[in-house]
Amino acid sequence: MFIKQLSVFIENKVGKLAEILNVLSENNIDISALSIAETTEFGILRMIVSDPEAAKVKLRESGVIVKTTNVIGVVLDDTPGSMAKVITLLSENGITVEYSYAFLASNKGALIVIRTNDHEKTEKVLNDTGIGLVNPAEVYRV
Amino acid sequence: MQKYYQPHEECMSREERKALQCQRLKRQIKYVYENVAPYRQRMDEMGVKPEDIKELEDLSKLPFTYKQDLRDFYPFELFAAPMKDIVRIHASSGTTGKQIVAGYTQNDLDMWSDCMARQFVATGADENSVIQVAYGYGLFTGGLGAHAGSERVGATTIPISSGNTERQVNFMVDIGATHLCCTPSYAMYLAEAVHEAGVKDKLKLKAGIFGAEPWTEDMRKKIEEGLGLKAYDVYGLTEICGPGVAFECQEQRGMHINEDHFLAEIIDSETGEVLPEGSFGELVFTTITKEGIPMIRYRTRDLCSLNFEKCSCGRTLIRMNKPKGRSDDMLIIRGVNVFPSQIEEVLLTMGQVTPNYQIIVDRVNNTDTLDINVEMTEEIFEDDIKSIEKVEKTIENKLRTILGIGADVHLVNPKTIARSEGKAKRVIDNRNLI
Repeated sequence: MFIKQLSVFIENKVGKLAEILNVLSENNIDISALSIAETTEFGILRMIVSDPEAAKVKLRESGVIVKTTNVIGVVLDDTPGSMAKVITLLSENGITVEYSYAFLASNKGALIVIRTNDHEKTEKVLNDTGIGLVNPAEVYRV
Repeated sequence: MQKYYQPHEECMSREERKALQCQRLKRQIKYVYENVAPYRQRMDEMGVKPEDIKELEDLSKLPFTYKQDLRDFYPFELFAAPMKDIVRIHASSGTTGKQIVAGYTQNDLDMWSDCMARQFVATGADENSVIQVAYGYGLFTGGLGAHAGSERVGATTIPISSGNTERQVNFMVDIGATHLCCTPSYAMYLAEAVHEAGVKDKLKLKAGIFGAEPWTEDMRKKIEEGLGLKAYDVYGLTEICGPGVAFECQEQRGMHINEDHFLAEIIDSETGEVLPEGSFGELVFTTITKEGIPMIRYRTRDLCSLNFEKCSCGRTLIRMNKPKGRSDDMLIIRGVNVFPSQIEEVLLTMGQVTPNYQIIVDRVNNTDTLDINVEMTEEIFEDDIKSIEKVEKTIENKLRTILGIGADVHLVNPKTIARSEGKAKRVIDNRNLI
């Protein structure tokens, strides 16, 4: 099962990030994980939130450009080398990581979010090696 | 020093010129009626025959010609001469990305060269001069137009074309250019380059002929100081011939229209009515000696007034004042004609929904800048930096192909482009050229 991540277009201007976060806050939507990819002119804000569909609707209503994107979540031991192991496994199987970000979930250890060029294959490789994908429901409310 | 290139044509009495114009107008109208089907059809529709044109005042009986006509009858339908007599083609951008083309017979090229030669002589050029032509060569009329005028005067011509500032400065110094031809904004840029290279005292420049884009008296002062020359304005458009339709003399007070070849009218751009002498309105030209693609009452869309007073330079050719705006939305950016509709057309190809956009023109370090802000849409947006940058690059490449100049495209947040009365203000020109 894939995680529904929110991807938001964000122009590099003072206050734009705050605007988006305020919409979520006003609608009582919790952010589990967040990452920003930036260029000189714009960025993409990527978030995993408690209710992706509701968040999408609310953001859209506020004129924000938003899409949901499927990403893969993997739970790791919070020990050296655990992420290296997963990424090495993917590269050995010819899978390209487009982006990734990691966060610590207090009771579950480390969580990494990955977007690859082939999610079906990634899922299979991870399942075959017993690493497995995290259940999205667990990530929406960390 | 020769004061006029063609003293008789430039200084004849108004009565003598009117007689000449009238005779040429009648001949031109008969010629287009016989050789250009769209003109004939329009005249027939209005019930005007060539014989009805008896006096200069009868010009107002004739239909107008618009830039749109050059697109509708693209490429050859408005040509009056057979292709075997057409010796050259020039082109300028149209409003939809399609070029408009103009064909020249050898007589047309000779006439055009004479017009440019008048300009050069009026700025003190002769066979001892060295004329550096830094207008672009090619389909654009600037380069080859100035080139031909320079050769006609017998000056040493440097066909350096536009760009490569360092080389421009080297040539000015090493070859000792006395005259410089380029766009006024490029002249400003060159002045700065000369200053930076510290070679102003090595320049031999006496005069510069600057046109193809609007410029101010303030710019004139800066160019004159920076390059140590006298800066002259020149007016022209591809539809009529190119640069040299009108030229400035030593007095620098308005541009003398080469009236023995082009009749000028000032009209109300709303009603089309001819306005009395001295009025401000849209400039309309009728060619009276052209063979390739004659233009009857061509709407330039430039707004200006005409000055009928005799000039102290001795020329009796009437003068047009510097255009103060346009009756359409055309922009002149780095000497290139740009219509907002061309930009919109590119954006139309981006998806189902045309994104909201704004065109921002400015002048930074004496160079025109063209920035286009495009509001992001869900259709364009991807969760991938590369895809979004690719969208920007694709638009930029298409614009470069269609406009012929570079533009910087910026994707911005939705609803951030200011709207006035519900409609977005599409063009912001911060150059303050008028």
